[in-house]
Amino acid sequence: MSTQNCTHSIAITGSGGSGAITVGNMLLQQAAKNSLYGFMRRSVGPQIRGGESAALLRLSDQPVFCPDDRFDLLIAFDWRNADRFALEIPLDSQSLIITDPASGEIPEVIQQSGAKIIEVPLKKMASAVSGGRINMVAVGLLTALLKMPAEVATDIISSTLVKKGEEAIKSSLDCFETGFNYELPGKLPCPQLMAAEPGIRWNISGNEAAGLGALQGGVRFVAAYPITPATEVLEWLSPRIEKIGGTLLQAEDELASINMAIGASFGGTVSMTSTSGPGLSLMSEGIGLAVASEIPLIVVNVTRGGPSTGIPTKSEQSDLNIALNGLHGDAPHLVLAPQNITDCIDTTRWAVQLAEALQTPAIVLTDQFQGQSRCITPVPESPDLAMARKVAQPEKDKVFERYAITESGISPMAIPGTADCSYTADGLEHKPSGQPSSIATDHHDQLDKRQRKLDLFEFGEKWADIHGDGQLAIITWGSSTAAVLEAAQRLKFTGQTVKVISIRLLAPAQVDSLEKELIGVNRLLVVEQSHSRQFYHYLRAHYTLPDKVNVFAEPGPLAITPGTITHAVQLLKGELS
Amino acid sequence: MTNLAKAKSYKSDIKPIWCPGCGDFAVLSALTKAFAFLDLAKQDLAVISGIGCSSRLPAYFSSYGFHGIHGRALPIASGLKLARPELTVIASGGDGDGFSIGGNHFIHACRRNLDMTYIVMDNEVYGMTKGQASPTTQPDWASSKLTPHGTGVRPFQPAAIALASGASFIARAFSGDPNGMTKLIIAAIQHPGFSFIQVLSPCPTFRPEQKLWKHQVEAFPHEPTDDPVKAATRLYTDDGMSSGLIFQSNYPTWNKPEVAQTSVKQFEEEFVV
Repeated sequence: MSTQNCTHSIAITGSGGSGAITVGNMLLQQAAKNSLYGFMRRSVGPQIRGGESAALLRLSDQPVFCPDDRFDLLIAFDWRNADRFALEIPLDSQSLIITDPASGEIPEVIQQSGAKIIEVPLKKMASAVSGGRINMVAVGLLTALLKMPAEVATDIISSTLVKKGEEAIKSSLDCFETGFNYELPGKLPCPQLMAAEPGIRWNISGNEAAGLGALQGGVRFVAAYPITPATEVLEWLSPRIEKIGGTLLQAEDELASINMAIGASFGGTVSMTSTSGPGLSLMSEGIGLAVASEIPLIVVNVTRGGPSTGIPTKSEQSDLNIALNGLHGDAPHLVLAPQNITDCIDTTRWAVQLAEALQTPAIVLTDQFQGQSRCITPVPESPDLAMARKVAQPEKDKVFERYAITESGISPMAIPGTADCSYTADGLEHKPSGQPSSIATDHHDQLDKRQRKLDLFEFGEKWADIHGDGQLAIITWGSSTAAVLEAAQRLKFTGQTVKVISIRLLAPAQVDSLEKELIGVNRLLVVEQSHSRQFYHYLRAHYTLPDKVNVFAEPGPLAITPGTITHAVQLLKGELS
Repeated sequence: MTNLAKAKSYKSDIKPIWCPGCGDFAVLSALTKAFAFLDLAKQDLAVISGIGCSSRLPAYFSSYGFHGIHGRALPIASGLKLARPELTVIASGGDGDGFSIGGNHFIHACRRNLDMTYIVMDNEVYGMTKGQASPTTQPDWASSKLTPHGTGVRPFQPAAIALASGASFIARAFSGDPNGMTKLIIAAIQHPGFSFIQVLSPCPTFRPEQKLWKHQVEAFPHEPTDDPVKAATRLYTDDGMSSGLIFQSNYPTWNKPEVAQTSVKQFEEEFVV
């Protein structure tokens, strides 16, 4: 991508039930139908119902996976709890605010931005229509403001509301028309979006994408325990997995869900669970059991602000430490991180296949930012990989040894039902047969074997994504990648080249591969979303880094934006004091 | 093959770690006899456990097995049964594993009523960690360094909790009555639903007084009932030192719903705008 994105960032806010998220969803669909791209975060408060909610939307002529540094437009249905949003919706003197005079005074914290304020009688316009709703007036206003065709919008309204009946559709269309035809005394401070290449687009969230990737990878058993912000992974899977011969069960707690997944995988069924930080803590002993007993499974961890209950509805990359190091003993396992919403499909699928091939657990680290955001994306490429569990068959005159010491470290796994291969899986250290053993040589042999599986495996090119080249490199992982890539693109636009390395396979560390990529790099900027620089410490622990290393580490809950990273690059280059 | 020789074929050649006189030997033996009686194919049988003396059980069989982590026998067994409903799944363990650290799973496994059998070898003590009070220990038992004044806590009532939680087959067996225990295990495996057997299984090492159980345990003085109210009354008026089938009902088991099948490709289509 050599040109700079043309994007519009729009925030739609309101109290719970005001339909802000619906407006965002409808605009996102319009973008797709109009050959554009889009990205939408949801920001919600801790209330179950009736709290504030915001759709934070970005429309673009190129695929986008992160928010911009500022918003072009804020449309507020009311100002209740606006202070909670203020930091998440940076406005400036170029921005527009659309507000209803009936909603009262604009809060000081919003007014301070100097944004241009346009008053639109939203409530009055909606109440002129029988059964009218403000949010549908807003869809009309925004569609006109974005110069998107009315027909596409009305089709989307009609199909979205089909279950609500003819009357609801009629009043919504009337509200839309009122909004669409309203003469706004102002326009967006950015050029009109031009349609990108036409083609089929997907509208998908990271949580849905992780679920899809799991099914593509072959997952057919899921044990579930609800937790924000991972619940949608499980809720997406539940009605679907049973339609492809699989099973999802709601367990009594996370201890049960991880161990149920272990039991099902022992039975030969590709298995997973999904959780977030607090649940991952509870699952850690079970994940260790899967390492020791060599049971493949995956855990999709949708990280939220921590520690403890933390900020359940907001994002952070602070479960890296526990994912990498949370198991007791020497417990080699896989940790992978998708780099954007659509990559949640590929990385989760790859994780399933690696776990199966290596007979060890894989933790997929996504986060609330990726999981609960939606994007409009070109149709992702079809699955390519085919890796499967090495399954044991009886051999004549040979006693089956489940944990046989092999060159690759991988030993064929017998599936219950297979005659003459029965064994007892064990979390106790064991002999090759599985018989418990505390003898030093058995322990060393099994430790070596379990480590060797990961050390000798050829992970190929997918361990990281490398973009660009240069003596200055930014190294990052997971959901920070999108903002870093956009920052690199902006820098390129101003003639500055940076290399971006985004690590997908965090464990086992791919030492040789990274060091090869760092040849010629004399300055490194580490970008991550944690307070204690977890990623930086991980890099220091495993890799030889250039002499000059700077760290950009910000905790959640605010998203990392491209501008903060270009700023960090300029700081380290001494261009800013 | 004689029945005894056949029963023996279910045993592995690993020697149990149990102390001489441990009640768990009789449980191992009764299980093999039950397997032989039911003519179960070894490859279609899995014995799952957590951690503790009695949880060492799976390795002593020639069937499939899983010796997992403390308290989690039931989730592992449940996952296996859900993924492979055609297998015969036996979960097993001790009173600490099942009623203390695994207590939540016990309640919910009873509720879920999957078709499997759970055998708890109850000796009212943590043996593997050298003699601490368990949930079923009497409050005045003061022989543990950890609770030198006794626990002072009312003992857990396994059968009553199982009943309240929705288990559909509840029995108490005694390792000193191997034939009676074998019959109960056979009935438990045959029962379509979650079958719970509390086996009074003495620990001669840390609870030598339990050697007297052979003079104390009597037959449960009632015919089995499918009425939970009757069963509850009987359990509350019983001293816990009796063996027999207490409760059996035909509560529905958790079943996979029958739904029309499709392919992952269809789910991909749902994302198209």
